Amino acid sequence: MPIDSFRWLPGAIGAYYRGLPLQKVEPIPWTPLAKPIEECRFALVTTAGLYMKDRDPSFDLDGERRNPFWGDPTYRVIPREARQEQIGVAHLHINPADLLADVNVALPVQRFLEMEAAGKIGSLAPSSYSFMGYQPDNSEWEKRYAPEVARRMKEEGVDAAFLTPT
Amino acid sequence: MPVLARVIEAVGISTVIVTPMPYFAEALGVPRAVGVAFPFGHPLGHAGDRDEQMKVIGDGLRVLREAPGPGTVEHLPYEWPDFERWKREWQPAEPSPIVALLRERMRAQAEERRADPSLRSE
Repeated sequence: MPIDSFRWLPGAIGAYYRGLPLQKVEPIPWTPLAKPIEECRFALVTTAGLYMKDRDPSFDLDGERRNPFWGDPTYRVIPREARQEQIGVAHLHINPADLLADVNVALPVQRFLEMEAAGKIGSLAPSSYSFMGYQPDNSEWEKRYAPEVARRMKEEGVDAAFLTPT
Repeated sequence: MPVLARVIEAVGISTVIVTPMPYFAEALGVPRAVGVAFPFGHPLGHAGDRDEQMKVIGDGLRVLREAPGPGTVEHLPYEWPDFERWKREWQPAEPSPIVALLRERMRAQAEERRADPSLRSE
């Protein structure tokens, strides 16, 4: 059964998203997996609005409150050593309760460390990344921040990225 | 998220997305994705459910390994119980700024129509 992508949304909002004109840009980029999963280094990417509370600023939610047609396009680095209690959630479009209880529902750092220990993946990279998913205009992502994250991944020898939008 | 995957893939890093909205992965075109019938904020399943999270991650890694080419989107069969409760539960306690603003505009338009009968569509 195909998944109904709009099932969780209130009717009017679902209808709005369903009606958006979308353009598929070809060709879709393609990088064949270079090596067996058991040898790959992974980085995680989520759009859950996560940040390291003691080290980094939150996402700019006040800016979004002033202009609801704008969402903070920056990103935060989440290190592999991050513990649950160090992680904050800044995202005005979801209930953050489960992320604050178990961040692995969207950024599975513990699960990837377990797979690393079990030899099921090569390793989890030092850095994973969180964006904040409300982006009415994603041109800053495309031109600036996604290329920056991709470059950092290359510097850390990442082979594959596991992405979890919220 | 499709744009993030495309930019990362383009520098030579293989990507896979786990998304509650496979519609957009299909319409915009992404290298590889799996769709989940899970509420927003829960791409890998329930908080505290390690087995469920591992199952979804395993499917993601399988598609990462086996996808024959760009635009591979697989819909996973896992269900999310208690749909009616979770249709509210995933949402923030307060409506987001854009939802609050659009609701306000719709309310204002409805009031205008009431005040001026010539604006009624019937």
